[in-house]
Amino acid sequence: MLEIKNLHVEVEGKEILRGIDLSVEDGTVHAIMGPNGSGKSTLSYVLAGKEEYEVTAGEVLFNGRNLLEMEPDERAAAGVFLAFQYPIEIPGVGTMTFLRTALNAQRKARGEGELSTPEFMRLVREAAQRLNISSEMLKRPLNVGFSGGEKKRNEILQMALLAPTLCVMDETDSGLDIDALRIVAEGVNALRAPNRSFVVITHYQRLLNHIVPDVVHVMSRGRIVRTGGPELALELEEKGYADYVEEAA
Amino acid sequence: MAEPTRIRTKAEEALANHFAALDGDDPIREIRATAFDAFLSKGLPHRRIEDWKYTDLRNLMREAPGPAVPAGIDDARAALAGADVFDGVDRARLVFVNGVFMPSLSDMAGVAGDIEFASLNAFLARGGAVLDRFAGTDPGESPILALNSAFVRDGAILRVKDGAKLSRAVEIANVFAGGKPGLQTMRHQVRIGRGAEATILETFSGPDGVAYQTNAVTEVQVDADARVRWVVAQEEGAEAIHLHMLIPRIADRAVFDPFNFATGARVARAEIRLAFEGEAASAGIRGIAVARGRQHLDATLIVDHALPNCTSKELFKAAIGGEAKGVFQGKIIVRPDAQKTDGQMMSQALLLSDGAEFSNKPELEIFADDVICGHGATCGQIDEDMLFFLRSRGIDKSEAERLLIQAFLAEAIEEIGEEAVVSALEARTRHWLGAEQEVLSA
Ligand SMILES: Nc1ncnc2c1ncn2[C@@H]1O[C@H](COP(=O)(O)OP(=O)(O)O)[C@@H](O)[C@H]1O
Ligand SMILES: [Mg+2]
Repeated sequence: MLEIKNLHVEVEGKEILRGIDLSVEDGTVHAIMGPNGSGKSTLSYVLAGKEEYEVTAGEVLFNGRNLLEMEPDERAAAGVFLAFQYPIEIPGVGTMTFLRTALNAQRKARGEGELSTPEFMRLVREAAQRLNISSEMLKRPLNVGFSGGEKKRNEILQMALLAPTLCVMDETDSGLDIDALRIVAEGVNALRAPNRSFVVITHYQRLLNHIVPDVVHVMSRGRIVRTGGPELALELEEKGYADYVEEAA
Repeated sequence: MAEPTRIRTKAEEALANHFAALDGDDPIREIRATAFDAFLSKGLPHRRIEDWKYTDLRNLMREAPGPAVPAGIDDARAALAGADVFDGVDRARLVFVNGVFMPSLSDMAGVAGDIEFASLNAFLARGGAVLDRFAGTDPGESPILALNSAFVRDGAILRVKDGAKLSRAVEIANVFAGGKPGLQTMRHQVRIGRGAEATILETFSGPDGVAYQTNAVTEVQVDADARVRWVVAQEEGAEAIHLHMLIPRIADRAVFDPFNFATGARVARAEIRLAFEGEAASAGIRGIAVARGRQHLDATLIVDHALPNCTSKELFKAAIGGEAKGVFQGKIIVRPDAQKTDGQMMSQALLLSDGAEFSNKPELEIFADDVICGHGATCGQIDEDMLFFLRSRGIDKSEAERLLIQAFLAEAIEEIGEEAVVSALEARTRHWLGAEQEVLSA
């Protein structure tokens, strides 16, 4: 599904990612853990196609295609989704208008027809219900007046509707209380499928109690410094990141 | 007196010739002559005149076509069919084509019992009371007004009766028809009676390929306790020059909310000169301008608080693409007696291309001490983070930009607060943005 080879990325002349190698097979869940500032969000933005990040070396293949050559919207239509660490508020753009525009844009890019209004409404209602998102929230402008937890749930709602094949989730758990965490995790688990993979970025192990990963990576100073099974997350929970911060320093 | 040494521009010379050729047998001849002298003494305003610093009309208006030839009924009807911005709004209609009232195209059904109407021309023919009203505005203070008084042809004399609650909006449609350049000059005088409620729509439209000119002055007397929404939609043809003044005077406790929607014309200046002549009145003065190509759109506002306890809220937004230029000038005057004035002015511009330009001049002149007044202004580009967010969800760049521009403009349009009018203007904005695609990505 996703093949990252020797990826080097700079922002404003400063090297943030310093040689990432990562291979995500179909249907697997990879967790990326690491201290603040290690480059986790940078990696997620580079995958989604944010402009200000300059790739200075390496390559990223998504189902064999060169992801780095694609526009952000092309990547989305091809099946890449990023659940943002800090979902943005967009005053004046209604949540429903946004959802519908996004869904139809992707369908169009894939040569599928637009959804009818009743079909669209039914899809949104079902997905929203599962994530405990009220119809009142859906009436507001995108993320405007949403609490931190509501914004995160709204990201998962978009993920559920757009049905991507590669879901990159950047600290979706931060700012969620335990109930919301469970709701989000159930939403994610419901999406697990043989042809869908997840890259779950998190600072804490607790999300991984609910979304059990196949592989856990530790990132430090722009590199993946360790890879293991789910037990690695438990070890980190116990010992913290002190080893990695020091090792990199 | 005109300075003998000043050399007239080609357009001024042409105007002098057109004026000399006007019918000499006219009941307001004196008024016309005084006004035209006042105009000629200063000529077309230019950038060294403070009020016209950003809209150098001497430079922008090189030609001055003569008074428009009245349109034949078929041409008029065809032109009117294109003036459809408010088709979704239940409305009566007073139609002016090339500056002349067209009774057969007008429709007062549903409001006839609540209003009195006559065409200005019919008043002029009788001489009469209208002369006094004209005398009430000093043409020396504005070249638009001076030219209007000099060349006025017709207009709506409209009165909404005391206490009337109009069941439909009333549109004053100003349409230019035909393929020949011409000057249409209208003077509308509207009085909204005590406690009356009305939505008035003032629309301007015309053909794209004709270098015609519009000069329209609209005076509005808003009596005590009246509530009025006043929406101007300027969709003139692409070669047109459009000069418009809206001059409302507002009595005690009245609410007057004007909105200026501007997308048309090569050069347009929309002036609102609003005066509070009563206490505890309020005005929500808003507008949007969207420009592309080489358009020049100017919104100029003077809000005069002379009496206590009045509130004015100003919100103007502009989206400027191509090589176009937007101008906002807003002045709030608070006179010594106008204690407890609340005046808040905001202007926001979005530049859609490298060649786009926006000039912004907010001014507060405050002579009272117990007031709350403020102004703010922003001028920027489309937010990159918002754009990226939308694109990351599969929305392509131009569609994402459209959504964001629409959202930006909608914030002002929605303040109109009347759903049919709001959706008509939002649809127009969407339409404009659809045609704007190539400019955005330039
Ligand atoms: N747009 C940016 N401009 C400047 N520095 C940035 C930018 N994005 C990230 N960085 C820097 O890159 C490093 C990694 O940040 P980030 O990827 O957000 O880490 P993490 O998500 O692991 O906390 C930090 O030192 C951060 O300051
Ligand atoms: Mg981060």
